[in-house]
Amino acid sequence: MIVVENLHKHFGSKVAVDGVSFTVKKGEVLGFLGPNGAGKSTTMRMVTGFLPPTLGRVTIGGADIEENEIEAKSKIGYLPEAAPLYSDMTVEGFLRFAAEMRRVPAGEITAAVNKAIETTFLEPVRHQSVDTLSKGYRHRTCFAQSIIHDPEVLILDEPTDGLDPNQKQEIRQLIRRMGETKAIIFSTHILEEVEASCTRAIIIDRGRVIADGTPAELMAKASNAGIVTLRASGLAGSGIKAELEKLSAVASVEVIKSEENGITARITPAKGKTDKLSSAVFGVCKDKNLTVDELRVEEGRLDLLFREITKTDADK
Amino acid sequence: MDAFITLILEFAIPTLIVSAIFVAILFFLLPREVRTIFKRELKSYFTSPIAYVLFIVFLGISSTLSFFFTGVLEGGEADLFLPYFQYLPWYLVLIAPAVGMRLWSEEQRLGTLELMLTMPLAPWHAILGKYLAAAVVLFAMLVLSFPIVWTMNFLGDPDNGVIMAGFVATFFVALCFLAVTSVISAITRSQLVALLVSVALCMMLWLGGLPHLSELLMNLKGGWLVFWPILKLVNVIGVMPHFTELAKGVLGLRDIVFFLSFITFCLFATSVAIRLKRA
Repeated sequence: MIVVENLHKHFGSKVAVDGVSFTVKKGEVLGFLGPNGAGKSTTMRMVTGFLPPTLGRVTIGGADIEENEIEAKSKIGYLPEAAPLYSDMTVEGFLRFAAEMRRVPAGEITAAVNKAIETTFLEPVRHQSVDTLSKGYRHRTCFAQSIIHDPEVLILDEPTDGLDPNQKQEIRQLIRRMGETKAIIFSTHILEEVEASCTRAIIIDRGRVIADGTPAELMAKASNAGIVTLRASGLAGSGIKAELEKLSAVASVEVIKSEENGITARITPAKGKTDKLSSAVFGVCKDKNLTVDELRVEEGRLDLLFREITKTDADK
Repeated sequence: MDAFITLILEFAIPTLIVSAIFVAILFFLLPREVRTIFKRELKSYFTSPIAYVLFIVFLGISSTLSFFFTGVLEGGEADLFLPYFQYLPWYLVLIAPAVGMRLWSEEQRLGTLELMLTMPLAPWHAILGKYLAAAVVLFAMLVLSFPIVWTMNFLGDPDNGVIMAGFVATFFVALCFLAVTSVISAITRSQLVALLVSVALCMMLWLGGLPHLSELLMNLKGGWLVFWPILKLVNVIGVMPHFTELAKGVLGLRDIVFFLSFITFCLFATSVAIRLKRA
């Protein structure tokens, strides 16, 4: 549905986006991650046709966003980062306006508005003027605007920003549900959101894509992925460190707590041997007649990966 | 009673016909997007106090000052009515930018420009829809000044054809000022800056056509000649001579073409300004 090829954006001498390419198919929810100023919003603005790219091409359902502007734009629903609204309109009035602009047939506008209001929980403020709304309601009103014409492609720039935890949860579920039939791109700072609602994620830093994969694949790349924590007891406890270090699947062993008849250790896997580590560790314990009280394999943490790969040179 | 019938025949009916033609064009010729933007924009003029305040200011200034300056009341001569229109553009130099200043700057300040430009519409749809809404506000403003016409017809027996021509000429000048304001409001997100710059430009546009300027141009000497191209340009696009011709009741094709091409040029410049904003 969405094909982005070699997208560049220069603002004067500043390079905001530097060769970003990706595709999003129908049924995919792509999470867009990156530090502030990484080029997420700029990329999304180019995908929606608001900013013309300096170089590169965006096609939406086969229609080029620059050459076939109107056709491409009619397939997109877009929630900009700031969730802008016309302050002199009511929620319903604004959604009616959006429906007309998004080419919803005249006879179906009322139904479309009602559905969008229901989906985004706006019923209590339906007749309220936009400039009296709280931030959460403003955000949801703009979100409602983006789905009013049931678009094939949804582009959401920080859709859960400014919402309370319950609303965040609802919006995540909504994105997940809509993702089954649409192609969705959404950007976020909240990493749990990626695990909760994305089928794929891209990490972008200084205008470049630096990681691309399913949340599970990305998590496996984090430095803590596959680390085994062992808590074992038995007489031979203190000598086990040396035994563990001999294993080919082990890169290093860090003893956290050493007692008279027991040990707690954190074992880092050698490169590419992550899956074999826990059984090997278990084997050693068995040989030494140790009782394994706890054996835990850590899942990679997305926030750790994020920090590791988006560190600026100054941080290193 | 006669005056009343005259007013209906010579003013109300033509006004209604023009309005009907406008509505017909809007509903049958222009795309739905233009109509939707037009409706939203017009509604927002009247849901905020801006339109009402401007109506009161304009009608207050134009009726009191005009009567005062032109001395219509003292003379009691309906022939003196022409001066009333000669003053109207002076007020419009201020009023038209006040009507148009929000057109694009408000859109930028709220960030809704990003929404609008990602909707499936061509930029000219939005530019035209907004411009037409502001034009209707100015049109309503002129229509609301009918008590002055009524008074003139009550006091004497003026040439209503000339009065009508005066209104037409004034409206064209107002449309030009509005078009200039449209460009400026696309450049800045501050309504105040849009207002001030537009007033300055409209003033220049109005004064540029002063006969004195043409004389000045012929007498430029020495170092002052460097200003010649600028002054000449201002002089050429000055709206005053075209206004004067139209207001005399001479519906010259040349003047109408001037006004229409000036407005078209400004609306095109608006689209360029918006495109540059995005790049």
